[in-house]
Amino acid sequence: MTSTANAKSDALTDNAEGMSYLNRLPRRIVTLYLPMAVFVFVLLFPFYWMAITAVKPNAQLTDYNNYSPFWVVEPTLDHIKYLLFETSYPGWLWNTMLVAVCSTFLSLAASVFGAYAIERVRFTGARPVGLMIFLAYLVPPSILFIPLAFIVFKLGIYDSRLALIFTYPTFLIPFCTWLLMGYFRSIPFELEESALVDGATRWQILVRIILPLAVPGLISAGIFAFTLSWNEFIYALTFIQSSENKTVPVGVLTELVRGDVFEWGSLMAGALFGSLPVVILYSFFVDYYVSSMTGAVKE
Amino acid sequence: MTTVPTTQMTATSTSWLQNNNVLGFLFMLPAAVFLVCFLTYPLGLGIWLGFTDTRIGRDGIFIGFENYAFLARDHVFWLSVFNTLLYTSVASVLKFALGLWLALLLNENLPCKSFFRAIVLLPWVVPTVLSALAFWWIYDSQFSILSWSLMKLGLIDGPINFLGDPTNARISVIAANVWRGIPFVAISLLAGLQTIPASLQEAASLDGATSWQRFRYVTLPMLTPIIAVVMTFSVLFTFTDFQLIYVLTKGGPVNATHLMATLSFQRGIPGGQLGEGAAIAVAMIPFLLGAIMFSFFGLQRRKWQQGGQD
Repeated sequence: MTSTANAKSDALTDNAEGMSYLNRLPRRIVTLYLPMAVFVFVLLFPFYWMAITAVKPNAQLTDYNNYSPFWVVEPTLDHIKYLLFETSYPGWLWNTMLVAVCSTFLSLAASVFGAYAIERVRFTGARPVGLMIFLAYLVPPSILFIPLAFIVFKLGIYDSRLALIFTYPTFLIPFCTWLLMGYFRSIPFELEESALVDGATRWQILVRIILPLAVPGLISAGIFAFTLSWNEFIYALTFIQSSENKTVPVGVLTELVRGDVFEWGSLMAGALFGSLPVVILYSFFVDYYVSSMTGAVKE
Repeated sequence: MTTVPTTQMTATSTSWLQNNNVLGFLFMLPAAVFLVCFLTYPLGLGIWLGFTDTRIGRDGIFIGFENYAFLARDHVFWLSVFNTLLYTSVASVLKFALGLWLALLLNENLPCKSFFRAIVLLPWVVPTVLSALAFWWIYDSQFSILSWSLMKLGLIDGPINFLGDPTNARISVIAANVWRGIPFVAISLLAGLQTIPASLQEAASLDGATSWQRFRYVTLPMLTPIIAVVMTFSVLFTFTDFQLIYVLTKGGPVNATHLMATLSFQRGIPGGQLGEGAAIAVAMIPFLLGAIMFSFFGLQRRKWQQGGQD
């Protein structure tokens, strides 16, 4: 009797709690907290393992009898020093950054115009073009890399960062356009109409009215595109030959993995430092990530 | 009601109509140039290359279906098709089940909910190659932390040969793929779950529905459209996966984990047989089209359910 009374008053005072009052605590532990803890542990463990390996001295790395593998006794920065001063790692980091930033800006610029044209200029055939953009998003890099390698070679940009800057927009433009179309659609027509009545040109409308209102969309698309190009692998692996033009994922895999003796410490340090920039970016813009991810799926 | 602003818009911009096509064309130009040069053209070129015997450094000649005839007799190719289908189906089912479960957990009233949501998405944010390297180290044949833990618990006697044995290797790469794919499915489905009004659940529970019945007859039907789309994306990306396999096994042992994408790369780039590699890539297209059609009908159903006409 009392529990129903409590439930009622809860329902009156706190709607956010929903129906969880129906579950008592022990039940919640088994059905909610325990599985959640397992999920979080499994999803985060590889990162912990990466980080702990990166600072482990080589002696402890494979000696599981004398040292607990889950902890490190005397952390060392040797692997990181080796990575930063004796390999081309800083160069790869710079290449990745440069390629990601350039291709993101190129794609964003092209996508803003494209999405605006499809959504608001309403030229003949805007709908089919929009659908084609969506289909282009579904074309995976794994079926394009061979012909693209052929084209890149013919264009004479093989083994250069330009090859990546020009090819990454193939998967970034469809995604950004699709996402921005959704954002532009949510901006009321009336704003544009009144600007048109006041004699504004299309260009002025785009720059002065639409873009300022679509800033969240631009941020979402931008950081997502940056992450996608940071994570790209198959094009970078195929189009880049020389060590100084490699990106982080390719460089770590092809240059730090040598022979049969793996230097796990520096390998994991390389993986850690290659992940940090996107993780930091992500931690600042979590909500934008989520909205762009779900936005791309929902539309 | 929704047609009113549209008609007004057309009325005010009738004089612009001729101009709009020009404007639209100009605005579309940058995106179109990129996509035609680096997407549509390569797609066509890839299909053409599949019909030639092009090698690296030598332009090929048209040889008809010879590449495909060769592949049809090549048991490694058929093994890779089998592996791809196995990998995609098992990984997608697991990703869906675990992702949905995680989404349902995240939809509950948890303390620090947004913190958990942020953490869950991490595996998806980190470059696949780099997290795959961590898995490579976790799957090490001698110093695997998994083997060590299981040995400490007394469950196994010797270290597991994760990537050296065909069956183990398949399980290991699928596990790594599921690990990376869960966040995407979970976060997307969570967004879908949050659009389901709580009042529906409450109404169902007032009618005496158990929690399973609430899930089965309220949550799941409401979620079906978004599940269709999310899973199409998931299937598409799993089917064309390359990075994980390339890092963990490079297709081995004895081609047990070769996917079509990795085989295409191996034959095309290090092997130099661009034509044959392109043919393998083209062989993936029918499967992808199937998945896209599935997505298309998933979207159709969504519009119908919402009663929208757009």
